[in-house]
Amino acid sequence: MANSFDVIILGGGPAGYVCAVRCAQLGLSTAVVERDKMGGVCVNIGCIPTKALLHSAHLAHALHSAADFGITVGDVKTDYGVAMKRSRRVADTNSKGADFLMKKNKVTVIKGTGILMAGKKIKVGSDVYAATKAVIIATGSRVKGIPQIGLEINKTTVISSDEALFLEKAPASIAVVGAGAVGMEFADIFNAFGSKVTLIEALPRILPLEDAEASDTMTKSYKKRGIDVLAGAKVKKADVGKSKVTLEVESGGQTQKVEADMVLMAAGRAVNTENIGLAECGIKLTDRGFIQVDANLQTTAPGYYAIGDIAGPPMLAHKGSREGVVVAEKIAGHKAHAIKYDNVPSVTYCHPEVASIGLSEDKAKEQKFDYVVGKFPFSANGRARGTGDTEGFVKIIRDKKYGEILGAHIVGANASEMIHELAVARENEYTVEEIDLAIHAHPTMSEAVAQAALDSLGRVIDM
Amino acid sequence: MATTVVMEALSPTMEEGRLVKWSKKEGDAVKTGDTLAEVETDKAVMELVARADGSLIKVVVQEGQTVPVGNVVAYIGTAGEKVDGASAPAPAKAAAPAPATAPAPGPAAAPKPAAPAPVPAPTAEAGRIKASPLARRIAQETGIDLRSVVGSGPGGRVTKKDVESGSRQPSAVSMPTPVVRTAGGPAFEDVPLTQIRKTIAKRLVTSIGPIPHFFLTSEVDMERAAEAREAINKQLGDQGKISFNDIVIKATALALAKHRACNAWFQEDHIRYWNEVHVGMAVAVEDGLITPVIRNADLKSMLAIGQEAKVLAGKARERKLQPNEYTGATFSVSNLGMFDIDQFTAVINPPEAGILAVGSIVSKPVAEDGKIEIRRRLRLTMSCDHRVIDGATGAAFLKTLKQMLENPLAMVL
Repeated sequence: MANSFDVIILGGGPAGYVCAVRCAQLGLSTAVVERDKMGGVCVNIGCIPTKALLHSAHLAHALHSAADFGITVGDVKTDYGVAMKRSRRVADTNSKGADFLMKKNKVTVIKGTGILMAGKKIKVGSDVYAATKAVIIATGSRVKGIPQIGLEINKTTVISSDEALFLEKAPASIAVVGAGAVGMEFADIFNAFGSKVTLIEALPRILPLEDAEASDTMTKSYKKRGIDVLAGAKVKKADVGKSKVTLEVESGGQTQKVEADMVLMAAGRAVNTENIGLAECGIKLTDRGFIQVDANLQTTAPGYYAIGDIAGPPMLAHKGSREGVVVAEKIAGHKAHAIKYDNVPSVTYCHPEVASIGLSEDKAKEQKFDYVVGKFPFSANGRARGTGDTEGFVKIIRDKKYGEILGAHIVGANASEMIHELAVARENEYTVEEIDLAIHAHPTMSEAVAQAALDSLGRVIDM
Repeated sequence: MATTVVMEALSPTMEEGRLVKWSKKEGDAVKTGDTLAEVETDKAVMELVARADGSLIKVVVQEGQTVPVGNVVAYIGTAGEKVDGASAPAPAKAAAPAPATAPAPGPAAAPKPAAPAPVPAPTAEAGRIKASPLARRIAQETGIDLRSVVGSGPGGRVTKKDVESGSRQPSAVSMPTPVVRTAGGPAFEDVPLTQIRKTIAKRLVTSIGPIPHFFLTSEVDMERAAEAREAINKQLGDQGKISFNDIVIKATALALAKHRACNAWFQEDHIRYWNEVHVGMAVAVEDGLITPVIRNADLKSMLAIGQEAKVLAGKARERKLQPNEYTGATFSVSNLGMFDIDQFTAVINPPEAGILAVGSIVSKPVAEDGKIEIRRRLRLTMSCDHRVIDGATGAAFLKTLKQMLENPLAMVL
């Protein structure tokens, strides 16, 4: 039957499309319902285009110091519009890549807005599609404003990343509310494109979920580049004008006014649970608004599964993709490798980059682990000196008795690439000794990882 | 590139499966959906189907071998294709991973190196033990023998969690070999547990252990039931026949419909009283028993019950029962009458709260109206879960059942 599949997935983002490919690989007939472009937020208005813009920002930074490297470039001029258009081409290429993967794996893509129905069915427009094995919900999340303090997204002076990604030119000044990954990255981008940036974070430090030392390093680095960093600062009031926004910001008992042409809201995301028929199918939500799932990612309605942002934190593309793979394998009757939610890498692609996995030192302390910290700064690393990327460090927190790697934190150029050595190590229960035993090529920034492991064992060599 | 065929979880509780028979052999062309092999799960023999098109290029697990769910059993690819490291896939493990409920020798911290080491599994002694460096370190420091730990990681790799939880491997088992009894032969034979025996053990231990059983016995006069049966069978002619068992199932179902207190499941934090009556019927199979279910037995005629019972029992003996045919009973009946058992007690099949043990019909002298008469009598013993059923409740149910059997016309009401 044309409208019947083994599995139907609602949402073609990084959780949904990866799940679809895995289902198809396992011999299940699969359909994906997507209302917009394949690849979801990540590919179209998230991870991918921001990484393109961040690279433009990185080049601008590098050119400013080109003279130190013996290269004369004259005046460095930036054009956000051009960078934006390039980022769109990159996003489109990726979205088409997802389309191609659907075709290659014979996954049917149903264009339109899907609504769940009882009996493992999905309604798209006037058509009804039925799943024999499972319906998988992967509708993801979206940006949100803070209307309570007058910061409702109006798409002109109060914007979200959705609009920032399509600006023709960088604003003269911008206030970024929220210093998690999104806020940090856009602060970096707009600073490089010449905007006067004020970064405002309500919690006591920027990148509040990262290790405190990572936050400190980033605060220093941003301040040095002229970004105004206000941590532990609450926006009390917002006066939104036609071409200007005035924020009243309170920190440490003092109130100050921050004026900017634009405010970028980067304080959390809302999950897309509305109007998709959840209640009608008996699918319950958690107190925090995510879909309630069991250890098999099955919702409270048998045969309906949820993956990705909508199934709970961390709201990261790679976590959603893995959930997609695992659910596909379970539905096909395979024994899937259990997801270790405490071993999902977290990366912020600002400059220097911040990457981590496992516990921060504060958390290790809080959970009463008997731990030892090993640390190695990039200022002592030959390769980093050569490229001028001496900012940052590698920090490894290990269990004192057995050497288990409880957490690892990297701040530095290419931290996003280096963290995976530690992800592999943790997933396979290697200890700091195995990190050191693997020979690290010289000279590389990765040597700092091995040196940090050695430092935790009290026998660092290069420092 | 070749596609792997893995042992799939064919029932919700299946942890491992025994490859009974390959339906395809190496070199055969296969299409998605084709039956590749028959697999014995913990409940039944089911089909493992192809998930890809191509040719069955390599069979890794031989008939008779048992492998955990997720293990590679074969490869599908293009004819003539070589499988990368075809010899490498996890060898069929003869030993079964211990179920979570299996009694472990002790907490992880306690075992001493001197403790009597469980017999290592044949695969473990073959060479290196798959264990994470962290698991090795913890095992070394705490003196745990890694060979005695069941690994839960990829390919049976021992992880930190496994060492800390002390999930020990049961002693090695081999496949059963039938032995012909001869004088001077071995005094006994150790036969490993089959999937169904394991499930029976697991289920019944959880029954007689934590369930507070009590038993009620009542002797029923079967004269009128016997007369009724004869009359009915005469009437039916070649349309079929009803047995005493069918009469007992029907009467039990009707009595349950009147005594919902006995038609219930104990559910940890609640009791589920069933309005529907689904009677489980214990059927002896070659190496165990299984209870197929006659659904809504109270609403079915004795003839319909009889026909359904026959089909289900046949399927049970052939191991062809589907999960929906042996789950969901609200009460069970076990009949050993054909074995000349006068009376016995049956073990409750949780979460059901009761089971009726049916003995054989015996002709014996009975005092009737001051005279001694020879009458056909049947002893029924009901096992009750005291958490659900109290003595008087059970007795009231049994009384209704007795009345129905002694006056079969009441069943027509």
